Amino acid sequence: MNGLRIFLNGRLTKPLIFRIVISLRLHLKKVMLSKEIAKEIQQLKNTIISLKDITVSYDGEQVLGGFNLEIHDGEFVTLLGPSGCGKTTALRTIAGFIRPDAGDVFFYDKNITNLPPHKREVNTIFQKYALFPHLNVYDNIAFGMRLKKCSEEQIKETVHRMLAMVDMSGYAHRGISQLSGGQQQRVAIARALANEPKVLLLDEPLGALDMKLRKDMQAELKKIQQQTGITFLFVTHDQEEALSMSDTVVVMDKGMIQQIGTPMDIYNEPKNAFVADFIGESNILDGIMQEDYSVKFAGHDFRCLDAGFGENTLVDVVIRPEDIKVVEPDSTLITGDVTAVTFKGVHYEIIVDVEGFKWMIQSTECCETGDHIGLSLTPNDIHVMAKSEYSGMFGDYSTFSDEMGEDRNASNEALAEEEGNADEI
Amino acid sequence: MKKAGARIYTFLIFLFLYAPILVLIVYSFNDTETASRTVWGGFSLRWYRKLFEDRLILEALCNTLIIAVVSAAASTVLGTMAAIGINSMKRLPRRIMMNITNFPMVNPEIVTGVSLMLLFVSAVRLLGGRSLGMGSLFAAHITFCLPYVILSVLPKLRQMDPNLYEAAQDLGCPPVRAFFKVVLPEIMPGIVTGLIMAFTLSIDDFVISYFTSGTTQTLPIYIYSMTRKRISPEINALSTVLFAVVMVLLIIINARNAKDQKRSEG
Amino acid sequence: MKSNSKLLSAPYTVWMTIFIVLPMLLVGYFAFTDKSGSFTLENILSVGQYSNVFLRSIWLGAVATVVSLGLGYPLAYIIAKMNARRQNVMVMLVMLPMWMNFLLRTYAWMTLLEDNGLINSALAAVGLPRVHMINTAGAVVLGMVYNYIPYMVLPLYSVLTKIDKSVIEAAQDLGANSREVFLKVVLPLSMPGVISGVTMVFVPAVSTFIISKMLGGGGNLLIGDLIDMQFLGSAYNPNLGSAVSLVLMVIILICMGIMNQFDDGEAVEGGGMLL
Repeated sequence: MNGLRIFLNGRLTKPLIFRIVISLRLHLKKVMLSKEIAKEIQQLKNTIISLKDITVSYDGEQVLGGFNLEIHDGEFVTLLGPSGCGKTTALRTIAGFIRPDAGDVFFYDKNITNLPPHKREVNTIFQKYALFPHLNVYDNIAFGMRLKKCSEEQIKETVHRMLAMVDMSGYAHRGISQLSGGQQQRVAIARALANEPKVLLLDEPLGALDMKLRKDMQAELKKIQQQTGITFLFVTHDQEEALSMSDTVVVMDKGMIQQIGTPMDIYNEPKNAFVADFIGESNILDGIMQEDYSVKFAGHDFRCLDAGFGENTLVDVVIRPEDIKVVEPDSTLITGDVTAVTFKGVHYEIIVDVEGFKWMIQSTECCETGDHIGLSLTPNDIHVMAKSEYSGMFGDYSTFSDEMGEDRNASNEALAEEEGNADEI
Repeated sequence: MKKAGARIYTFLIFLFLYAPILVLIVYSFNDTETASRTVWGGFSLRWYRKLFEDRLILEALCNTLIIAVVSAAASTVLGTMAAIGINSMKRLPRRIMMNITNFPMVNPEIVTGVSLMLLFVSAVRLLGGRSLGMGSLFAAHITFCLPYVILSVLPKLRQMDPNLYEAAQDLGCPPVRAFFKVVLPEIMPGIVTGLIMAFTLSIDDFVISYFTSGTTQTLPIYIYSMTRKRISPEINALSTVLFAVVMVLLIIINARNAKDQKRSEG
Repeated sequence: MKSNSKLLSAPYTVWMTIFIVLPMLLVGYFAFTDKSGSFTLENILSVGQYSNVFLRSIWLGAVATVVSLGLGYPLAYIIAKMNARRQNVMVMLVMLPMWMNFLLRTYAWMTLLEDNGLINSALAAVGLPRVHMINTAGAVVLGMVYNYIPYMVLPLYSVLTKIDKSVIEAAQDLGANSREVFLKVVLPLSMPGVISGVTMVFVPAVSTFIISKMLGGGGNLLIGDLIDMQFLGSAYNPNLGSAVSLVLMVIILICMGIMNQFDDGEAVEGGGMLL
């Protein structure tokens, strides 16, 4: 579908190659070649929005400092980071609600830094939807077109097309207060898209929805983006959401970009301990890069696929819990005692004490607390990162207690369930 | 440009609001005979001295304060009870109660005043008893203060987590104590607001008192009779004193609020 | 808990029956009886003689309401756009005059508006002709606006500050310039405040009797003065006074019913005062 549309636009070659490369990359994990091709292709694509050296402060506190970002036409880009990392600020700078203290915003090659929001060809979907409470669904969606003095006929056609797209046909004359959260969300999407923006900015739009609805909307947004070919810039703090929806993920912390890449890159090759920990679970150990393709950690030498760090360099070693295989203790180098086992449905989460450092393992095989087990790693499982300011802050599960609070939704759900039970009793 | 316009506009409106008050204050220090109110005859405190020697004014002030304290207290207690009752009612009775509560607020004051006057006069005629005075003033003031108390307590009751009261009982608190320990502190801000409103409304009321006071003087009624007869600069002095009192009270309240805010932020 | 709680409102119910419902019934009773207590329509019919008083009251009240709205809306809008600390100070400044006895404030205007009052003295000092201001309809409107404008500003302000900032941003985002944002979003969303402000100014303005007495001289008789005269004045006639009060109430209820139509029946929260 997408390919066809792009073909009709006469821009077949580049994006199609890109798509093919992406699918190839699914299979060629960690092959350097693909990285280079991707880079080249990105440069070939049109840059639609670029932020150059943006600095923003509130009350003397710097939120963004020298922030640079390029967004390419037709991409689904996600800004991912903990709250307060500056991702919403970056989004609002593009929308025009924030004038940066320094730096420039470009739309294609036009400098729009001082253009007010109503003159920008971008539209926003707000965190709490910001639908006009005094207008019904129809008039909300028609709002932008009426300002552009479109004919009522054209407005009617567009509104109904938009409503159909978000699966809300028949709701045109409902009041906003009569809609559920998910429905309001859909109207907000329809309202923004009816304006035919070049870029759609989404500010944590799914944050207020419950788990199930959220999953549905993720799929729907992705579908809409592919159908319309509009560039999406999505802000979220939910790593799973970011990984499953985006073409490109921008991981942010403290007003700076920590890493930009495809979801796969970000997961498999985190640049530093922050990224490794924020995206999924990670065991992060201190290591020494002996030479190219050889790293020493946990008291042993391992072969790995990383090179270019120099000889005898201190590094961080990341090992994803699902990559570790549980084996008999006498058949491997690393051994330890199981201190905790939690059943997670698909797998068990096992905490293993290896000479004082606690590892997390996700395995389909069950162990008992107190078991002495061995951990087996292949070179493919080991990822080496340069030391950074985040080294030593993450990746040890000594104080692990199910990472409470990190998944607030889950705990809320548990609470709701408890309440339900109480009622039954 | 826009900002300057806004500033000038705000300034002009406040000038309009404060010019008369300023005039009153300035002329309260005017040392001149009553012949002309607008000629400046030098600074003096004579009108203040005269004011505090005026037995009638002090008596009226005393009446006003007594009425305000009694009716504010009574309407707060009665109104808070009523609010709790209304809050636990079903839709229909609640709507009826709210309509009755809203009625005196929408109804022109003068109509409320004359209707109460008719009631008191008829009661005196039918049942005998003393003519209109402090008693009818108490009743009238409580009546027009009640809706304000209810309307400031009700929202607090609605905001309150309904599980709170149940939680207290769940933890072993008997119902009445649960009310005083949990519900009351929770709605206290609304009650205090209602009390303050009732107090100030009562002090300031002229129209309803005018029709229900008989021969009893309250401060507003006395002021009214002064403006009707020979106008004495004593009025200026009186206004200045009242204004100063209100200002000081407001500043104290504001300072306390600011402190509370700081505490809750910290 | 529930049944006990309901009982708590019993004293209030009794109180309001005696002091609100009963007096209203009495007004109705007096309006339809003569001095001897027998039924008559004469009082209601004779209210017609005073139609000029009614028209003048409604006209002056309406003018004062419109002027208050015109002056108050920009002020409320300016205040609502300030930062929180300044907003509090401004709101206090708007309310402060209200805490001063309104007889005294109106009296102050007498000092200002008199033929040899401050304004005229000032005019004379700069060589301009004196203007006769006191005892005119204009002075009455000025007194009404002065006394009741805070009742216009405060509900407008509270509605304007409650408007979700992101809704305004959404309008800008969809292409509305500042004029369009105001006309298409801010103004419609502030309608509940406009309605409650208009109600809170119009009702007391229409029924006032002191302002007209102090600033309007004898020539600007209003409904309030008429009622006052029948109960405590020279023309003592409570039956006629009740009839006038009844008509006044009906007029105000009709006016508010009309106002309510503008409101779509939604969002009465800001007003929250209508029946």
